[in-house]
Amino acid sequence: MKELRSLVALIPTLLLAVGFPVLLNAQDHQDTHEQNTHGTTVEAYQEGDHEDAEHHACHFHADVHETIYDATSTAYHHISDANVYSIGSFNFPLPCILYTKGHGWDFFSSSKFEFDFFGHGEGRKAYNQYVLDNGAVKRIEDPTFPTDEVALEGFIHQEETTDGETKEVAYACYDGKHYKLLPQSTADAGLFGGGITSFYDFSLSKNVVSMLLITLLLAWGFFSIAKAYKTRDNMAPKGLQSFIEPIFVFVQDEVAKPFLGPKWEKFLPLLLALFFFILGLNLFGQIPFLGGSNVTGNLAVTAVLAIITFVVVTINGNKNYWSHILWMPGVPPIIKVLILTPVEILGMFIKPFTLMLRLFANITAGHIVVLSFVGLIFMFGRLGESTAGAVTGAVVAVPLTMFILAIELLVAFIQAYVFILLTASYIGAATEEAHH
Amino acid sequence: MDLIFLSEFTVARPGIGMLFWTFLIFCLFWILVGKFAFGPIKDALKKRENDIQSALDEAKKAKDEMAQLSSDNQKLLNEAREERAKLLREAKTSGDKMISEARDKAKVEAQKIVEEARNEIENQKNKAIVEVKNQVGQMSIDIAEKLILQQMGKTDEQKNLVDKLVNDIKLS
Repeated sequence: MKELRSLVALIPTLLLAVGFPVLLNAQDHQDTHEQNTHGTTVEAYQEGDHEDAEHHACHFHADVHETIYDATSTAYHHISDANVYSIGSFNFPLPCILYTKGHGWDFFSSSKFEFDFFGHGEGRKAYNQYVLDNGAVKRIEDPTFPTDEVALEGFIHQEETTDGETKEVAYACYDGKHYKLLPQSTADAGLFGGGITSFYDFSLSKNVVSMLLITLLLAWGFFSIAKAYKTRDNMAPKGLQSFIEPIFVFVQDEVAKPFLGPKWEKFLPLLLALFFFILGLNLFGQIPFLGGSNVTGNLAVTAVLAIITFVVVTINGNKNYWSHILWMPGVPPIIKVLILTPVEILGMFIKPFTLMLRLFANITAGHIVVLSFVGLIFMFGRLGESTAGAVTGAVVAVPLTMFILAIELLVAFIQAYVFILLTASYIGAATEEAHH
Repeated sequence: MDLIFLSEFTVARPGIGMLFWTFLIFCLFWILVGKFAFGPIKDALKKRENDIQSALDEAKKAKDEMAQLSSDNQKLLNEAREERAKLLREAKTSGDKMISEARDKAKVEAQKIVEEARNEIENQKNKAIVEVKNQVGQMSIDIAEKLILQQMGKTDEQKNLVDKLVNDIKLS
């Protein structure tokens, strides 16, 4: 995690060093000075008495005047899923559907948290022992916390090491006391700092709403196209129909038919659904004025798509496929038992796993790079303090961002294509008849 | 710490709710759009492909038929031309024949007419000669009678002499 962060933070620095050495030299002195001051503050927090540090730290993000632009946390904030729909810095409430073991279901709008319309998605109020921290709903573990609406004093985020594992823990401040916040249950088994807790978030979050929107749009588009094929029978395609038809035929003739052979018709709907679902969400995520939802850059989304591929491959695997995995013909039994069969069984899971990671990493990386370049403007401008710096930052950042956006446009298509190409090849390998 | 690590890398933590919603939404999309849009579109495209192929095949067939028909026409035309030439030739031959026949016939007729005319002429000539002979004879008799009457008294002698004289006169 730390490596990733420093890597992301390194990108603007590197660009600075390459593109504007003179400018860097001029500003270097000041920068170093600022960072040193900040560094000592951080050290003071870490070394000093915990209670004292918390006393200083309890605040709402919006109420603190910042002098240093934190590119990493800004980027992470923008690519994360949220219980508010944020377009730029404007936040709109979304429905919350929450479940806690022993507490039951809760349905309410995230406007109950009274977050700032122009802000970071921090709820100034707690509701039913739930709070809104950084756009995400979290639960207060302490049962003594009041269950109705209460005004909070602020939040604290800090790293804590328990059992040799460093985790970021958030606290909500209320009535002079600090209450630990429980994030929602995640299925990463603690690998990425998450894990199963007693709190489950089934809200219509920003990602879910984006997904619904895009899926409905796609469904409406395809239904009208299907209707057009019916009503305009024996006529040349027109409008949306002629726009989609080449893509449709491409998937059919270049992906489905070569890989799936005679069974292509059975799996064509899956391939097309995957392709247009991924492509639609990839493209939607690149439109900044519609929230730039990072849906296909969320591991949950790509995991579901990969699991569906895995299930389809496993269910449709024929005798030939299983015999090649479990007992490869023409290989000495000792090799089979020791190497080949374990490797093949691992391969069954690694294939969808790579599908999941590839899409996730590509889209998330694209979003982070775009956000980093846009962040240059704020970094150079010292969050509004230096207009000249902001202008310089814009001069550097705008062409770079445009370039990356153009590449991301290409990546949106390539990743959707690669996903279905590999899915088709896995299904093809599983359904292929013996040819010897 | 609070200022720096404000946000966490939560995108790598697959939320249970997100898993649930993605599964639900994608499966609905897959099943409904697959069944009611992708399927019909695929069938329509397949049908159109077949239609185009069969239309092309038919066009090729029609073209072949046209070529066949046109070659048949050419053949018929050639045959008709030959027939005409033959007819013309025959007509000319028969015309020539008729002309030569007519000429021969006319020649024969003319000859016949000439012959008849000659015979008639001969007859008339002979007739005229006989008449002339008779008249000349009569005249000669008359003359001789008168002469003899004047010179001779005897009739017999006279007659013999006259016959002798008449026979001497040979009409050519």
